[in-house]
Amino acid sequence: MTINNTYPITEDLIASHGLAPDGYQLILDLIGREPTYTELGIFSAMWNEHCSYKSSKKWLRTLPTTGDRVIHGPGENAGVVDIGDGECVVFKMESHNHPSYIEPYQGAATGVGGILRDVFTMGARPVAAMNALRFGDVSHEKTKHLVSGVVSGVGGYGNSFGVPTVGGEVEFDARYNGNCLVNAFAAGIAKTDGIFLCKAEGVGLPVVYLGAKTGRDGVGGATMASAEFDETIDEKRPTVQVGDPFTEKCLLEACLELMQTGAVIAIQDMGAAGLTCSAVEMGAQGDLGVELYLDDVPVREERMTAYEMMLSESQERMLMVLDPSKEEIAKEIFVKWGLDFAIVGKTTDDLRFRVFHQNEEVANLPIKELGDQAPEYDRPWREPGLYSPLPADQVQEPEDYGATLMSILASPNQSSRRWVWEQYDTLIQGNSLQIPGGDAGVIRVDGHATKALAFSSDVTPHYCEADAYEGGKQAVAECWRNITATGALPLASTDNLNFGNPERPEIMGQFVKAIEGIGDACRALDFPIVSGNVSLYNETFGEAILPTPTIAGVGQLDDWANMAKIAGANEGEVVMLIGCDGSHLGQTVYMRDILGETAGPPPEVDLTAERYNGDFVRSAINNGQVSSCHDISQGGLALALAEMCMAGGYGMEIDLTDVQMPLHGLLFGEDQARYVVTIEEKMAQFIANNAADAGIQFRVLGKVGGDKLVVKDVLELDVAEMKSAHENWFPDYMA
Amino acid sequence: MKTAVLQLPGLNRDRDMLAALTLISGQAPQTVWQTETSIDDDVDLIVIPGGFSYGDYLRSGAIAARMPVIKAVIEKAKKGTRVIGVCNGFQILVETGILPGALMRNASLKFVCRQVKLEVATTQSAFTEGYSKGQVIDCPVAHHDGNYFADPETLADLKDQDRIAFRYAEGTNPNGSIDDIAGILSENRNVLGMMPHPENLIEAAHGGDDGRRLFEGALNLISA
Repeated sequence: MTINNTYPITEDLIASHGLAPDGYQLILDLIGREPTYTELGIFSAMWNEHCSYKSSKKWLRTLPTTGDRVIHGPGENAGVVDIGDGECVVFKMESHNHPSYIEPYQGAATGVGGILRDVFTMGARPVAAMNALRFGDVSHEKTKHLVSGVVSGVGGYGNSFGVPTVGGEVEFDARYNGNCLVNAFAAGIAKTDGIFLCKAEGVGLPVVYLGAKTGRDGVGGATMASAEFDETIDEKRPTVQVGDPFTEKCLLEACLELMQTGAVIAIQDMGAAGLTCSAVEMGAQGDLGVELYLDDVPVREERMTAYEMMLSESQERMLMVLDPSKEEIAKEIFVKWGLDFAIVGKTTDDLRFRVFHQNEEVANLPIKELGDQAPEYDRPWREPGLYSPLPADQVQEPEDYGATLMSILASPNQSSRRWVWEQYDTLIQGNSLQIPGGDAGVIRVDGHATKALAFSSDVTPHYCEADAYEGGKQAVAECWRNITATGALPLASTDNLNFGNPERPEIMGQFVKAIEGIGDACRALDFPIVSGNVSLYNETFGEAILPTPTIAGVGQLDDWANMAKIAGANEGEVVMLIGCDGSHLGQTVYMRDILGETAGPPPEVDLTAERYNGDFVRSAINNGQVSSCHDISQGGLALALAEMCMAGGYGMEIDLTDVQMPLHGLLFGEDQARYVVTIEEKMAQFIANNAADAGIQFRVLGKVGGDKLVVKDVLELDVAEMKSAHENWFPDYMA
Repeated sequence: MKTAVLQLPGLNRDRDMLAALTLISGQAPQTVWQTETSIDDDVDLIVIPGGFSYGDYLRSGAIAARMPVIKAVIEKAKKGTRVIGVCNGFQILVETGILPGALMRNASLKFVCRQVKLEVATTQSAFTEGYSKGQVIDCPVAHHDGNYFADPETLADLKDQDRIAFRYAEGTNPNGSIDDIAGILSENRNVLGMMPHPENLIEAAHGGDDGRRLFEGALNLISA
């Protein structure tokens, strides 16, 4: 019995596929006839914003993507960066925002699954994961439900798959009330000569389907993720996929085992737009045509149409071009792991993408155009307005500094995230050297006595909202700084750009300026972008999220024995500030959460100072001169000191009495390029001399000791009390 | 000593366990795949590592416990071969019935990964003889279903027969286990099941090596 797969192509049908009239005209021009229903689905899948980057491409091209260590930049499943000894780190960050808002557990779980697959598709074994999560206001009715679902979804998938989650972010703001953000990062390690790409080579070779069976889940998911939300959002639940981490773990082992045999010519995971996107990319990149025979696709539901099979986003599936002489070996490995293995097509030399189902050709399209020639837009954009300068002496001072600091460290956004990360397996694989709670996550590299990798993910969306250019710079700088604070050398980064509707010039303006800032910072800090993802249309009822260009980076430590942590200082050691004295209060936590205002520009990032100060601190750490280190970011010097005390379980005596500057600027200012370090007393003068010689600004702040954080004549807080307030906010909120 | 580590689909701390045993014993253990139906006669320590065997899509450990390879493990265990089941391995052993009780969902209903304190409750086993009775050691946990339960008679038996190997100490019980039980021994004292992960705390990089003595004991590496 044949299954009906023919529908009249009406204007409504075209619009419901997210294709604008100009996009549809381009299709007509390209193929010279009306597309079939299946073809319309295929175009919609390939040419939506999520898959084609049609609004962002022009600007993404301006980012620096090369460097001495970069082996593969953007364009592959993930970026590949050399870590020496014939090995490389493979990493990427990707959003799963829209599905996570609709169905938080599965949305987040499949986000983690998708990014892990991107990494092991390239031949790398995943060794670390991170998650940057952003939710609505804590008082919003959906927030707790989303936090609970997303966190258990991230854990449920990553824990079962078996990758340590070593870092991430969790932030609340009313601007995410209608759109939460789930940005998942994964990194893996591979042999440099064992990297696999999606580019197919050779005509007449078998195209093999691997992994889980195809169902109707996720049909149209990528198109859904390229539109704003409105009141029909609950109807979109069936477009969210369902994850199966067990199958993914088996798929990982089977793929790595198969890659060892030399049977794999090209491999591509089926992510967004599943079978369509993976097959088209393999062909288009290799200048080959592809034929698919859908009757041979393993399915788990009956009577699936060609349209549904081509657009299904069922998880844990791969497409591979195989060396035909090794077909039996390949099949054996997949049977061993209990996975489906089916030859579903072949490569051809006609540059056509042809799909057959039930003895009928349901699609016949030019593969290169389908893959590479999505409409590209140069969308109009408007330069965002900026705030005029706001000196600290024009900002209201707190009456009680101690109470203010207590309130900040126990606030929704600055309190401990332990409640979240204790639900993630942070220790699996036995290589975790730093788990969440410090500046960056660190894992050692298997098989090496001393080598380790550091990971951090950062962005301050309120800075980006106030000044997208400086905010873009700051996201890169803070990521670079967090990696530096462990003593690691930052190698490269991945960007996950989350914005509102690009068809609005003010949103496009945020996007353009943020990219400009990211590019400038990446160039100044030798921190190229090697992979990334763009998530637009994060709007509900016309209200956009805060501009959120998340930057995740990787650094390398040659000897983890000299690694610095946030804790580890000893009684009597000197506490030193590296960088300038604080004075900038615009857009700070103090301004927002204490004064309840959003006044002033965000802190400017002096990229030269960032570089110099960071290089100085890293060198001191690598030389074993520093017992602990922490970067200064949101909450300023006061929160940085408090966090060091709470992590170490000791007090500090700080003296700022001879600094002739506004005290609230000194303590709560969020000036950039700054670190706090602790140093053995006999080494302190040496470091101070070095800093002075190198032209690095620094200040001796005081000493480690006691069980209180004391800032002379300003505040005195019991460390145990701070810690309890800091730790309790999250569990109390979720209770 | 010849050691074998079980590899079932979905187990994911097998690599941690293999690395730990290799580091401690100086030789790589044999691996045993799910389709095996027997274990070599000369194997004298079998380890079932942690993870999510078969996805744990039924009760944790329930599917694995019915595999022929596990039946072979149990036969060996009954004849005196040492067996360690950690985390999912413990859940599997409980499902086979060689260890009594049940492992329920954590009282918090959430996955938990953190360092806890363990009190060594008996030294009367190869696994615990390297510690002193009452000694408190560090050990990480990482599980969703570690809430040990046994009926009053079973619990009384475990106590009377000195078969509780480890208890969560100093108020660090992470999952609501009855009587703070973290690990137990079989009747013939050669099978140990425990939720915490000693294999993740055996060297400086782990921030401590309190887990090491357990494996040294099991491998007969402790000199008298």
